[in-house]
Amino acid sequence: MTTDTCFHCEDAIPAGINIVATIGETPQRMCCHGCRAASEFIAAAGLDQFYQHRAPIADAVLRPEQHNYAAFDKTDISRQFVATDDNGICESTIYIGDLYCPACIWLIDQVLTGYEGIESVGANPASRRIIVRWHKDATTLGAILAQIATVGFKPEPVTPGSSLDAERTDYRSAIKRLVVAGVFGMQAMMFAIGLYAGEFYGMEDSQAQLLRVVSLIVTLPIMGFAALPFFRGAIFSLKQKRPGMDVPVSLALIIAFSASLMHTVQQAGDVYYDSIAMFVLLLCLSRFLEMRARHNADDRAQALAVMLPAAVTRLNSDGEPELVALSSLAPSDRLQLQRGDVIAVDGRIYSGHLSVDESMMTGESDPVVRGVGERVLAGTTVMQGDAIIDAAATGASTQLGEISRLIEKAQHDRSHMQTLSDRFASVFVLAVLGLAALTALVWWQMAPERTLPIVLSVLIVACPCALALATPTALASAASMLSRNGMLLIRARILDCLHVGSVIVFDKTGTLTRGKPEVASSDIFDRTRADKQQCLAIAALLEAESGHVLANAFDRFMPADMTLDEPAVVTLAAGVSGVIGGTEYRIGKLAFVTAIAGDRPLPAPSSDMVGSEVFLGCADGLLARFVVCDTVRSDATSVLASLRNAGFELVIASGDNNAAVQGVASQLGIADYHSDQTPQDKLSLVRRLKRESKRVIMVGDGVNDAPVMAAADASVAIANGTALARSSADSVLLGNSLTPLLSLTQIASRTRRVIRQSLIWAASYNLIAVSFASLGWVAPWMAALGMSASSLLVVSNALRINRPLAKPQLPAIDTTSESRSVYA
Amino acid sequence: MTILYLLIPLGLILLTIFVAAFFWATRNGQFDDLESPAMSVVLDDDKAPRKTNRRFS
Repeated sequence: MTTDTCFHCEDAIPAGINIVATIGETPQRMCCHGCRAASEFIAAAGLDQFYQHRAPIADAVLRPEQHNYAAFDKTDISRQFVATDDNGICESTIYIGDLYCPACIWLIDQVLTGYEGIESVGANPASRRIIVRWHKDATTLGAILAQIATVGFKPEPVTPGSSLDAERTDYRSAIKRLVVAGVFGMQAMMFAIGLYAGEFYGMEDSQAQLLRVVSLIVTLPIMGFAALPFFRGAIFSLKQKRPGMDVPVSLALIIAFSASLMHTVQQAGDVYYDSIAMFVLLLCLSRFLEMRARHNADDRAQALAVMLPAAVTRLNSDGEPELVALSSLAPSDRLQLQRGDVIAVDGRIYSGHLSVDESMMTGESDPVVRGVGERVLAGTTVMQGDAIIDAAATGASTQLGEISRLIEKAQHDRSHMQTLSDRFASVFVLAVLGLAALTALVWWQMAPERTLPIVLSVLIVACPCALALATPTALASAASMLSRNGMLLIRARILDCLHVGSVIVFDKTGTLTRGKPEVASSDIFDRTRADKQQCLAIAALLEAESGHVLANAFDRFMPADMTLDEPAVVTLAAGVSGVIGGTEYRIGKLAFVTAIAGDRPLPAPSSDMVGSEVFLGCADGLLARFVVCDTVRSDATSVLASLRNAGFELVIASGDNNAAVQGVASQLGIADYHSDQTPQDKLSLVRRLKRESKRVIMVGDGVNDAPVMAAADASVAIANGTALARSSADSVLLGNSLTPLLSLTQIASRTRRVIRQSLIWAASYNLIAVSFASLGWVAPWMAALGMSASSLLVVSNALRINRPLAKPQLPAIDTTSESRSVYA
Repeated sequence: MTILYLLIPLGLILLTIFVAAFFWATRNGQFDDLESPAMSVVLDDDKAPRKTNRRFS
């Protein structure tokens, strides 16, 4: 770690900041006081090994947030989240969205264990959940949540009995099936070696029969338990009249098992129990890996709940505020809102006014001001002001609920798509059955007594082991390669769609841009009075008091050696004034500042950045003009240029206003952009592109992107976007950077190539072997050997996806947090 | 080789016991987290964190 980055969050330390904290007796530089506080807390608790053990950080932010966790101690609210047993032991599952690496789990574990009353802390990093058990008299859920929040995580309790239980049941039975296939399979293979050896060196019939019967016994649990999902899948897909890969797999298993069973009963002939065992084991393994990847990223159950607070402040009939559970709200209730609250319902303002950040819902990057009678939306955040609102819609009838319905519908529409290997499978089954029937017919005419053994050998040689393994092994390999390159693969579809000529639709706010305001440019009017650094420092001091969304832009310029003489005065919708070193400064709208600074002709802006203009001045005159806007990610320009060179069509679709979108589009050189898009507009844009028979990939982060992401052929979400967007995405960009998209395109084309090769190999092997078998040329040992060799070839071909990637053509990447990827 | 008639059934019995034990462990949640326990070997105890009976502040 260089000294230019913050010891705690690894963000670049802004110029002029000199904050030092002593961690383990070594002074370390910090980028802000929040980081200093967090790292001092960690150090004071004796937990500073965290810094040695953590993986590279996903999102740069580990700052404690204000949150009202005491609400969770109210009985009616805690009842929803806490299960208490007869001994007074409470259990609660807590979802932590930022839980990506083992060091995080260790940290949380250490923060909680050792405190009175905590019985145990269990973690599941895959589903980003921890399970805490405590004694009901010793502490409360709210205190535990607050404790987790002190180290900078955002804990959200999960309602028990949700899809989490189903997920856990699935996971446990998959691991059981895997082990049954493994241990019984090893026995079957061991006895098979005995039988083969007997073939060559001679063996008493009674002993050979013993081995056959024992092999049959150990194969029964494999067929009856481990392979059950394949049979169920086959029956299901046949009922749906869309036979997938499960059909030939089941057919092969049943044929091989019946043939072996027949030979066991006849006490003569070959048995294939070992082949069955190996086939089932490999399939169980690849399905297990696939399921784990899917569970890792599927936050759908949590997506909506996390967006809304569990408790809200309602005004009762006497006008007194009281804390109640969100679920107990009725549409006519009156709610109190203040700065920092997430609005839980759709409603209208009854009194007061608010500045609301609606970017997650609409894509609009600037906060909007809502006055009396105006609408506010569930899921948006209050940036400034306080108000009382009348709830109009709650739960599923809010616009947020509407959006989640749109997502479900889009996902349902899309589930009708078939994968390449599924299409292959249905053709394959028909071909093999046809060939077997033909063989039977021909041999019946020529030599009826040889018909049965030959038809059997045809069916066994046709066992689509390699064919069935081709796709899943390649995908497992691609998923591990992607995670090393900073992406999470959830559904394989993304690899299918990402080829030359595909359209990539980007959201703007939070996807192409950082999603938070920054000082994009500054014009200093009077350098002799105050230089740029001083102007920014003064601005930071004043804005720190304002709570305005734009104020965050100045945070990083907070000076260490300057303070306000007295608290700053905030004038709503105008600006902030404060006294520093005996001089009054004002920052804000032009008119507010010129009131003390006097008017003067302003030079033209030095850059064409589009954004909010903020002025700084004092009695000596205007000092500076800052343009604050949501800046483009540092790697966006180069990544988009590379994608365009690679032959992708690029489009921007944003809910933001035309000027802002145009600014970003021209900066990135994208001609095709759409502004003021509602989620419905974006949907119809994607549908139109799809009608032009183009493959559409959507990259987004907000709630308003989620339905579109579900409707597109494939989609990518940003890890620190909303959970709803992640849940409808096919892959997730883990770091705070777009660069992994380039690796994704390379890995996608590599994976497609490998799958195609493996499918062609497996199909031609089966074709040749089947034709030889139908002529009666294939001895059973040859069939078994060929089957294994062909599967091995396919598996090793899949491993080729893990070769190092060619370095994407990128101009020098800057070293801020933006370009770092994460290894989860 | 008549010993096979004893050893193979014995092997099968051991196998059944193992699988039963494994199923129990799975039901008990011992395989729910396959990632963080691997790290705990490295992380634990190289410096004991302050353990007190302090309540949450």
